[in-house]
Amino acid sequence: MSVQPYFQVENLKQYFPITRGVIFSRTVGAIKAVDDVSFEIPAGETLGLVGESGCGKSTTGRSVLRLYEPTAGRVQLGDIDVTSLSATELRELRPKMQMIFQDSYSSLNPRHSVGKIVAEPMVIQGESDGARTRARVQELLELVGLNPDHMKRFPHEFSGGQRQRIGIARALALNPSFVVCDEPISALDVSIQAQVVNLLAELQKELGLTYLFIAHDLSMVRHISHRIAVMYLGKLMESATYDELFSAPLHPYTQSLMSAVPIPEPNIEKSRTRVILSGDVPSPVKPPTGCVFHTRCPFATDKCAAEVPEFREIRSGHRVACHHVDDPAIGPTIDAQREEIVTSIESAAGYGPDRTFSGAST
Amino acid sequence: MRIDALDQENVRSPFQRVLRIVFRDKAGLVGVLLFGIVLFSAIFAPYIAPHHPLEQNLRISRQVPAWQEGGDWEHPLGTDNLGRDMLSRIIYGSRVSLTVGFFGVLISMSLGMILGLVAGYVGGRTDNIIMGIANLFLAIPYLLLVVVVAAVLGRSLINVIMIFGFTNAPLFVRITRGEVLRIRKSGYVESATSIGARPGRIIFQHILPNLIGPLLTVATFEMSGMIFYEAGLGFLGLSVPPGVPSWGNMLAAGRQYIQFSPWIAAFPGLAIVFTSLGMNLLGDWLRDVLDPKMRRSA
Amino acid sequence: MHGETVLRVRDLSVQFDSIDGTVHAVNNVSFDLKRGETLGIVGESGSGKSVSMMSLVRLIAEPPGKITSGSAMFITSDGEVDLLSLSRRQLSRLRGDRIGFIFQDPMSSLNPLMSVGAQIAESVRKHTQLQRAAAKTRAIELLEHVGIPGAKQRYDNYPHQFSGGMRQRVMIAIAISCNPDILIADEPTTALDVTVQAQIADLTNRLCKELSISVIWISHDLGVVAGLADQLMVMYGGTVVEYGEVEQVYAHPRHPYTIGLLGALPKLSKTEERLVNIAGAPPSLFSPPTQCPFADRCPWVFERCESERPALYDVGGEGRAGVVRSDDATDGRGSSDGWVDSHLTACFYDLERNRRRDADEPVAVRPGALAHEEQG
Repeated sequence: MSVQPYFQVENLKQYFPITRGVIFSRTVGAIKAVDDVSFEIPAGETLGLVGESGCGKSTTGRSVLRLYEPTAGRVQLGDIDVTSLSATELRELRPKMQMIFQDSYSSLNPRHSVGKIVAEPMVIQGESDGARTRARVQELLELVGLNPDHMKRFPHEFSGGQRQRIGIARALALNPSFVVCDEPISALDVSIQAQVVNLLAELQKELGLTYLFIAHDLSMVRHISHRIAVMYLGKLMESATYDELFSAPLHPYTQSLMSAVPIPEPNIEKSRTRVILSGDVPSPVKPPTGCVFHTRCPFATDKCAAEVPEFREIRSGHRVACHHVDDPAIGPTIDAQREEIVTSIESAAGYGPDRTFSGAST
Repeated sequence: MRIDALDQENVRSPFQRVLRIVFRDKAGLVGVLLFGIVLFSAIFAPYIAPHHPLEQNLRISRQVPAWQEGGDWEHPLGTDNLGRDMLSRIIYGSRVSLTVGFFGVLISMSLGMILGLVAGYVGGRTDNIIMGIANLFLAIPYLLLVVVVAAVLGRSLINVIMIFGFTNAPLFVRITRGEVLRIRKSGYVESATSIGARPGRIIFQHILPNLIGPLLTVATFEMSGMIFYEAGLGFLGLSVPPGVPSWGNMLAAGRQYIQFSPWIAAFPGLAIVFTSLGMNLLGDWLRDVLDPKMRRSA
Repeated sequence: MHGETVLRVRDLSVQFDSIDGTVHAVNNVSFDLKRGETLGIVGESGSGKSVSMMSLVRLIAEPPGKITSGSAMFITSDGEVDLLSLSRRQLSRLRGDRIGFIFQDPMSSLNPLMSVGAQIAESVRKHTQLQRAAAKTRAIELLEHVGIPGAKQRYDNYPHQFSGGMRQRVMIAIAISCNPDILIADEPTTALDVTVQAQIADLTNRLCKELSISVIWISHDLGVVAGLADQLMVMYGGTVVEYGEVEQVYAHPRHPYTIGLLGALPKLSKTEERLVNIAGAPPSLFSPPTQCPFADRCPWVFERCESERPALYDVGGEGRAGVVRSDDATDGRGSSDGWVDSHLTACFYDLERNRRRDADEPVAVRPGALAHEEQG
């Protein structure tokens, strides 16, 4: 018996028309940025959505919030069907769903002070009591680990990590229950990344938030996610709980992603098995037929070029879109590669620096 | 520069920073000074001009500047062919130049900003139509327009201002539209949208304030251009009526005496050159100063 | 040929003049680069890692930048030369000829109006005696060498027709076209996707080992460098904080910053409750470096750290701990023997701890700071 998930996406499609002509423009095709994506997130948990640039992960984040109008599909938050809401209803629901942006430079208005930026959501939602707003801004700044006295300062006076905290404070201003984190750490330095990830994890515990955490590599995602979904060219390739995914990555693409993440351990890194994919991600304007990954997949067959694989549940809670993971002919080869990758990654656990900090402070 | 750094020693104080910005850009300082002088003479012309600009005295016609043999300090820059004081006429002439520049830019900037905002914000067919009209306007040679208007409606300051205002608007439309498109894509507009902000708020809180900097910078360059072109029209006899002291008119009047009394054409010429130069330097300086990153809260 | 020093940098300092004050961007940086080896330089933004390397070849803007001290001996079969004493003209001849570059953003380094092949051929012709036709053949060879399929057809393509990974391959082809002694790679994989990153890192590594090119690999990612570097230099606040053989540094990090950085990295292999937080932010570089740049964030700080900037000490073996190597670091002419094989760190912790243990003083750290664990 499963609990009704808090956030649910079913068969989401987001197509962008390609147009020709200036004044009398006509549609000549569509970029299938998100194509038939389904996932769910239980309350208070995090789904890590991982993929390379151009795979549609950020578009997914925006269309579930209806920052873009989805072409098809259903998005449900609690018992509200987000996709069917009118503009007014949507505006009323906005405080519940927020977003943290990747680029903390461009996501904060350079001409507004930090106090004004963090207060903006409250002002938009009709809060007119200045003193109350100010008190809330101070509270929020403290919550994200910033000095409330810095309210009057401007975004460019802060470092990247601090600006990201400002963005988080703004997102939390209206007590949301669901937050889309769009690569919030990929522009930050490593030691600062850890600070922000830890902060997000703490806030989740404290405030019971549900996250959709978008990232381009698996390592940080593992740290904050309960479940992980891997996306490639607008489609989901694999989804599972993080333990399951890291101990048994079934899809060849997930395997190559895992083997590409550098391991900070010279002995392992210099000798480990790598699945180096040939070439680059194809253009989403003309995606490959059949399985979108077949052009780079080391195990691809004619079937892969012809038929779109179903995103099916292979083990309990572990879904994969691949024809061959469980077929008796190619399946074992994929399994063997998986074993090798997982073994080389796990052997790194035996290494590590002889000194560490015993704890952490914020 | 970070907050942590601001609270430390070895960081210049806000006052030191201002001094540094001014003195590091010496060209900007020159621009501010030159523009200041022109603005001052335009505003206080009746108080600082030694004579009335139209006061004729044929007995001292074409008197040389004071520092030359035969000149006197009564007329420091000499007199023109009708014996009018050159200095006073140049001082009064700045009024015409600045009026044309200021109001011309005001009209073209307001027009361009509104149309550019609509084009960039609404997009689609509206955008195409507005940009089409703007491009059409750019294709009309302004000189032709001036000749036609001067022939039909007569020579007047208002006509010149209107023509400059309308013909230069497309430039502002383009710049505004480009900036609006850029700002609309920025995270802070997206964030405001995700909170449920209405278009009015996005335009007035986010787009307009970030437009002002780039537009003001272009406006100074445009103003300099208009002052320059107004003088050109005056020289061709297409600007303000002949009696009005304007630098272009003075230049035209001095042309026939240029061989024996070169100062009559030279001084208005110099006034035009220095004003244009000053405004261009000012524009460069403004671009730096208006950058929000130069702002300090402390 | 291996094992000789090809670049010996001593005491390099660089400052920048800004509106807010003088930025002490690089302070007394010293290192050796050996032939055929890869030196990984790791640090966060503002650590001075790029500035120090770019100032060696004068690719920083001067002014506002200014090299205030140091020497950089470039040692080849033709003799020794101090890069910092060369004129800009002499240096520009050296760049691209004896010293190659790959940058983070290949698009900005490629001419968008010139075909990719022609750009490689141009670089070949500039640095060799080859004629037009021969240069073209060589360019196609190079394209094949860096793994571009259908090199002959791709020769006439323009940069915008290439993907990010392919453009970076082209940059590598240009960089190795004249067989340089040194390749400076400034975060060449940072802008690429994970799967492409691995391709480019492996390619660069393989080619440079093949051609005996010494590589300076600048990165913010301890993971990428782990697989590439022979020697590792960790920079923080414009100074070198740790330097040594890569295995040594990863297994026995001695500077608290390195230790923190390794702990802050998420690992695929195990899930910690939470990542190590290095509290605070990097130092502002407006103050002249008179204390340890990491002191404000260091959990093991001593009073001494706040009054004196630690020089690099040898911490290679237990017995050697505490041997001061600062003579080498500061006089600029010290012998380079043994320098590279040592494991050095600019931290007082081991010294001070040993001293206090010997003197039976308590090894107390700053109140409120964290104690640390040592395993083994």
